[in-house]
Amino acid sequence: MISITRLLRASSRSILRNRMRSLLTSLGIIIGVGAVIVMVAIGEGSQAQIEANITSLGTNLLLVIPGSSNTGGVRQGSGSFNRFTFDDVEALQREATLVDGVSPVVRSGGQIIGGAGNWSTSVYGVSPEYFKIRSWEVSSGDFFTDKDVIARRKVALLGKTVADQLFPNQDPVGQNIRIRNIPFTVIGVLKAKGQTGMGQDQDDVILAPSTSVLYRLKGDRHIDMINASAVSSTQVDSATAEMRTILRKSHKLTEGQDDDFTVRSQAEIMQAATETTKTMTLLLGSIAAVSLLVGGIGIMNIMLVSVTERTREIGIRLSVGARESDVLIQFLTEAVVLSVSGGIIGITLSAAVVAGLNKWTTLQPIITPETVVVSFLFSAIVGIFFGFYPARKAAALDPIDALRHE
Amino acid sequence: MTAVIETHGLTRTFEVGDISVHALRGINLIIEPGDLVAIMGSSGSGKSTLMNLIGCLDTPTSGEYVLDGERVESLSKNQRAMIRNRKIGFVFQGFNLLSRTTALENVELPLFYDRQNHVRNHRQAAVEALNRVGLADRLEHTPNQLSGGQQQRVAIARALVNRPAILLADEPTGNLDSRTSIEIMSVFQELNTEGVTVILVTHEQDVANYAKRIVGLRDGRIVRDIAVTNRHDAARDLAALPQSEELDS
Repeated sequence: MISITRLLRASSRSILRNRMRSLLTSLGIIIGVGAVIVMVAIGEGSQAQIEANITSLGTNLLLVIPGSSNTGGVRQGSGSFNRFTFDDVEALQREATLVDGVSPVVRSGGQIIGGAGNWSTSVYGVSPEYFKIRSWEVSSGDFFTDKDVIARRKVALLGKTVADQLFPNQDPVGQNIRIRNIPFTVIGVLKAKGQTGMGQDQDDVILAPSTSVLYRLKGDRHIDMINASAVSSTQVDSATAEMRTILRKSHKLTEGQDDDFTVRSQAEIMQAATETTKTMTLLLGSIAAVSLLVGGIGIMNIMLVSVTERTREIGIRLSVGARESDVLIQFLTEAVVLSVSGGIIGITLSAAVVAGLNKWTTLQPIITPETVVVSFLFSAIVGIFFGFYPARKAAALDPIDALRHE
Repeated sequence: MTAVIETHGLTRTFEVGDISVHALRGINLIIEPGDLVAIMGSSGSGKSTLMNLIGCLDTPTSGEYVLDGERVESLSKNQRAMIRNRKIGFVFQGFNLLSRTTALENVELPLFYDRQNHVRNHRQAAVEALNRVGLADRLEHTPNQLSGGQQQRVAIARALVNRPAILLADEPTGNLDSRTSIEIMSVFQELNTEGVTVILVTHEQDVANYAKRIVGLRDGRIVRDIAVTNRHDAARDLAALPQSEELDS
């Protein structure tokens, strides 16, 4: 067998003999591979961003929201019919086995006065389990406890935004604030979470014991929502089903009656979001792949020209003992070297583009090793596929005719 | 001594449309090792066809061909490629060197296709071959930096590098002026005295006169086969010529 190093050396030599032409031929592959990697990187980047956003909402999160009401055939939107009470929460805490934590959420809000000035924000009444469910951490102070909930103590945790607004240059822990004129003591500040995927500031919030918010601020009977977390991400679906059964029983719904609530998992939301970005990645990737295909056709075109141009060279090679397969492999190698070096240049170029995008734009593209490997292999396959026909043509030449070719 | 080439009733017929063209009509030819044979004939006599058959570039329609002790008339394409690589050195009228490739690399080319790798050091073998044709100082020159005579010498070196059984030259002086032609013939004569079997195809009597034996072809048949009586010595002819006008030697 002819040694591979000699073969590679011979084909690089003939490629370098026509530098400009070779570069232009590879350009199709360079652009193709570069485009595929950059496009997929942008897609992967936005997917990762969305996933990170959703994870920051809490992992394995299950949301139980009130159902819709049906009054004389007129159906209201979801949340219009609310029957959640602390009994539901207790039922879930007692009976659910696939749920790690359950917390009521009582939504309130209004003008907050304290420290340097005032600020309007949302106040959520929750139980201590809420912190784990929603992955909250404190940057100073501490969370409230079950005792605070039972005693309906007027304590509050401030989100980063609220803390910054009310207490710009001081530690709010121990300070008093007034929520709609009812005094609360700040016992902690929450660690910043940033924005959600929808651009909502998650840190513009105050957390307080559910009972305090419900009875002292709202003066209501019903809680707005229940948050829970499944024991693991694989158990989300069964946990959803389990919660549904418990709540139906708790609400005394008979068979055939519709649920008066909805259990929604974060996984569904996440799935929908990642599905969208995946489709986008695929779309961008396939558009870029078309340019790779066009690059391949460019290689085929130039190889065909090259075979005609070098007919006599082929004749010489055959006359000194080259087999058809030798000629085939030689031309195939040239095509593959062209496309693979184009692929390598494309990868390098795309790395530079991605670095630039990371630095100067808000896009955060991510190059995964898989994309690099796949596009590299793809460029090699393009070379083999589009190089084969010209190489076959070269190998099939008759030595006598080839030698006579002018 | 066994013959290096032995053919019996070699024929070659080409089908052109409905017409059969009989290029060769039964060639019986025996060539001993160390011979220097000129195959002569006008165009259309079949000498190029015979040349292609001897060179294993083509297969005969019928007949037997033994090259260096091996029956080669019915070998496959790959086997013929190997025979060309191992046993035959070609020299062409148009030199047929790879352009933009140095003399050394051109000479190394046949070694590249030797699957058994008989020669370990390609470069060294190529340098030796170029030495034999007097081009030791032109190793890194590309064909367009060489004169016609020098290019043909590179081609001869390439034909020699695999130590073939025969050197097959097709009109080797056809593209050269008379002085350079004599130079090339002196190279062939020198190689022949060193033991290389040379077969040249030519239509020039002047060139054939440097051979030991002339085989004449007409209409696909051998019409004469004679030993050259007043054989010319190319080296002496060259010395007798007026002073060299070549600038590059």
